[in-house]
Parts: sequence; C-alpha cells; structure tokens
Amino acid sequence: MPRDAAGLRMRKEAVSSRGMQALALGISVLFLVMLLLLLAKSRPLLSGYSLTEVLLSSHWDPARGQFGFAPVILGTFYVTFIAMLIAVPVSLLCAVYLSEYAPGRVRRMFSSFIGVLAGIPSVVFGICALLVFVPLVADYIGPWVGVETTGLCILTAGLILAVMVFPIVISLSYESLQALPIELREASLSMGATRWETTRKVLFKAAGPGMLSAILLGFGRAFGETMAVAMVVGGKNQMPSLFAAGQTLPSLIVSSFGEMMSLPLEQSALVFVALFLFVVVTVFNLLARWVEKRLQARWKI
Amino acid sequence: MNRRHLEQQVALCAMYGALVMVVVSLLLIIGVTVLRGGHVLVTRPEVVVTPPGPRYLLGGGGGFVHAILGSLYLVLPATLLASGIAMGIALYLQSDYTSRRTAGAIRNLLDALWGTPSIVYGMFVLTILISLQQRASLLAGIAALTLLEIPIIARYADAAVQAVPPMAKETSYALGTTRWENSQVVIRYALPGIATGVLIGLGRGIGDAASVIFTAGAGNNMPSGLLEGVTALPVLIFQQASSFYPSVREQAYAASFVLIVIVLVLNVASRLVTNYFARYIPGGR
Repeated sequence: MPRDAAGLRMRKEAVSSRGMQALALGISVLFLVMLLLLLAKSRPLLSGYSLTEVLLSSHWDPARGQFGFAPVILGTFYVTFIAMLIAVPVSLLCAVYLSEYAPGRVRRMFSSFIGVLAGIPSVVFGICALLVFVPLVADYIGPWVGVETTGLCILTAGLILAVMVFPIVISLSYESLQALPIELREASLSMGATRWETTRKVLFKAAGPGMLSAILLGFGRAFGETMAVAMVVGGKNQMPSLFAAGQTLPSLIVSSFGEMMSLPLEQSALVFVALFLFVVVTVFNLLARWVEKRLQARWKI
Repeated sequence: MNRRHLEQQVALCAMYGALVMVVVSLLLIIGVTVLRGGHVLVTRPEVVVTPPGPRYLLGGGGGFVHAILGSLYLVLPATLLASGIAMGIALYLQSDYTSRRTAGAIRNLLDALWGTPSIVYGMFVLTILISLQQRASLLAGIAALTLLEIPIIARYADAAVQAVPPMAKETSYALGTTRWENSQVVIRYALPGIATGVLIGLGRGIGDAASVIFTAGAGNNMPSGLLEGVTALPVLIFQQASSFYPSVREQAYAASFVLIVIVLVLNVASRLVTNYFARYIPGGR
C-alpha cells in the first residue's frame, strides 16, 4: 500500500475519533452548562429572596415583587399525583395482561397502538382535553359531585396527563416483565399457583424495580409536561383545589411569558422555575435508572 | 369455583378494563381530532395553503401555511444536525473508543437529558438569547429542537450500535480496518435502529411546542430568514385553542388534524424504513 494512502487512513481515523470524543464530551458539558446558566440567571431572584421564602410563600405578584411558588409547586404535585393515581394501576394491569396473558396477535397490535399513543404531540392531547375532558368535568363530574366548575381545573389536567403517561409506563413495565426468565413462571405454576398468583407473588416482586423505574419515569414526564396542562389547567396562581383553576410550574412559565420580558426579576423567577424542573426531573430520571440497574444486576440480564 | 379462581377472574376483568380504557382513550384522541379537524378541512380546505391574514389570531381570516412551513424549516435542519451529533456520540460509546465506565456515565446523562422537559431546553436557549441581546429567531428554534432531539436519537442509535454482533466487527478488524472504517460496517448493521431513532426524534421535534414557543418567535409571519422569527404548527395550535373566536378555534382543530396525520405517517414510515434497512443484515429480512 502506498505510504500516503496509509497516512490518509490514519489521519481519518485520528480526526474521526477526536471528533466523536468531542461530541460525547460536548453533551456532558451541555448538561453542566444548562445547569450553571440557569443557576446564574436565577441569581437575581435568589439574592433578593431566600430559597425557603420563595418555595414556601404563597403570594405571587411579580409587579409588587412577591414571588411565592408554594401554590404552583403544590399544584404541580397535585396534578401529577392525580395522573399517577389513575395511570399507575391501569398501566401495570395492561402491561401484565400484554406480557402474561395476551396472544401474540393482540400483543403486536397493542404495542403498535402504544407506539402511536407515545408519538402524539402534547398540543393534540391538549385540544382533545379541551373538547372532551373539559365538558366532561364541567357538565357531568362536577354536578355529580355537586361542585360548580368551568372544567378548566386541576382535575382535568390530571386526567389528560394520565392518558399521556400511559404509553411510557406500559411499555417500560412490559419490558421489565418480558426480561424475567421463563423459569420463574414455570417454577411457580408447577407448584400449583394460578397465573394471577404467579403474577402477583412472583413476577411483581421480581420485576418490581423495573416497574418502579417505569413509574418514576412516568412521574418525570407528567411533572414537566407543559402544553397540554397549560391549555386546560386554568392558569390561576391559587392554592390548588380539585375543581378550581390552578397552575403548574411549566404552565406558569408559558402563561407568564408575556409580562416576563418587561420585568427582569420575574424573568429570573421563571428561569428559577425551569431550574427547579430540570433538577427535580433529572433526580427522578437518575433514580429510575439506578433502580433499573438493580433489577438487571439481580437477574444478570 | 373456589376463592383462588375467583380472584384470578377478578384480576383478569380488571386487566380487560384497563386495556379498554387505554384503547378507548387513544381512539378518542385520534377520533376527536380527525372528526373535528376533518370537518373544518372539508368545509374550508383552503386554510392549509393560505398565508395568514391581518389580525390572524383575532379572527382576521387566512390560513396556517406559515406554521406548516415554519415547522418544516425548524424541524428538518434540527433533525439533520441532531442525527449527525447523535451518531457520533453513539459510535463513541462503543468499547472500541472508550471505557465501559465513561460510556455508562454518558448513557446515564443521555437518559437524564431525554427525560428533561422540553420547556427547560426552551428556557435555556432563551437565556442565551437574552444574554446575547438577540431576538427569537428560526436559528434559535432550530438550536432548541436540536438539543431536544439529540438524546432521543443518540439513545436509539446507541442501542442499535450495541446490538451489532461482535463477529461482524471482528471480521472487519481482522481485515485490517481502522476503527473509523469499522464504524461504517457497524452503521450498516445498526441502520434500522438508527432510522427508527431519527424518525422518532423527528416526530418528537415536530410535535413539540414548549421548546420553540419562546425561541422561534411565535409571530404570524411567513418564514423569511434564518434570523427572523417563525412559528410552528404546535405553537399555533396552542395559541388558537383557547381563542375567543370560534373560527380561530376551528383552525386549531384543522391544524391538529394536519399534525396528527404527519405523526401517523412518520409512525408508518418508521416501520417501513426499518424493514427496508434490515436488508443489509444477514437474516434480517
């Protein structure tokens, strides 16, 4: 082989490996830069107010310089909690059915269903929530419970979030069930346990960490979901109550964007909200990942 | 029937209930969008190709072709950029290039970035814009979407690259290839997975409003340049959906019909493309 051709190959190799290393490092640096920049930009708020004051105060009036996130943070947890309350049992049951009971054809059809559901943009969920869930809550659920409501409320946001969380929890817990060795099932069934007993006493225990990780990831998704929630939650910074308009952290950013450009301190406050979201969701994601690793270590997958 | 079998039956019924609930919610969402949006599109098909009129969001007439074009201008370059970057990262995570530990750490990071709410990316790019004293623009929107799509595509590409049989790599190394040349073999093998990842990233990008609503401008003008503001389809839907004017709300239904058709087409395309690229793999087809 001519010398320069070999040199060219080596040069290509050197350049490409450097380049890919730079990209991989770059993504790590990006993570840090995001964290630091958001932190730096929320300093104006944090230097004027103490962290506990900001997180625990319930007065939100940027024009008067009051930044209390308590109602919004509570609202976020409220909405997420409602969503998880509905989504977790439904999704786990679905995953169990698909993994343990369903015939192959149903399984394939349903998994493509889930794929479609996972790909639907959140604004489309928002539109459907406006068209279906808002009237449902305002005209049926509200009067049934005996509450007057416009339908633009915490409950509606929780309902639509539950639907949005379905695909992620179903597909991940399905995967963790599928990853379990078949011997587990055989051993339990041969002892005379019914399929449901096998599922409840053996599989749930064995796949527990995987399901927990699916739930944590679903929580992260619900916690940071912006558009669909912003469309139906009502947008009022008040202490959350099921049938009243409320606000969540991401929807606060969207709905305050107009005024934010004119008030530097509010801008800083909203950057702080983004930072808060970033940190909370990252913690949940890393936790989910850690839990999942424990599962893999246990079953040597 | 004894108690144990009764319990089994009850559990099975609960599972059927859950299944029905999920299927019904999906059909409801697609059905409502198709019916309401389809109705508008049948009665006023011209909204898809007309530029917005004056006072568009206040019921001023016109259509939303500017948002369709804006979405394309935003998401196509972003996906292209993100795919390139993600491929580099995925190839680098092979044991040929880096230690298992570093790769594991970067994978964790990518997972964390994947789960990061898109509004965080939007705010991040916005703070950069504010520091640079720039206005929202197509370029900034592309940047935000690229950041959003990189972890998605990278994780899919990484999974596909990891699944490449070691024998294929060893055969190629035995012929004296460098790592870079070997990567080309790896890419061939991983192509179905990578293509799926790219299309899923594209779908995520085209449906995402939170990352572009502050960064791309959200004005009602036709896209006119890299440094000018544009709007995207989901952003427009968000603005129109709670409008006071019924005619504006109807446009939101039509726009979400268009959006959901795009997403469904991408979904089908990803299946077809995956099958198509599987022909490079022995036994893949």
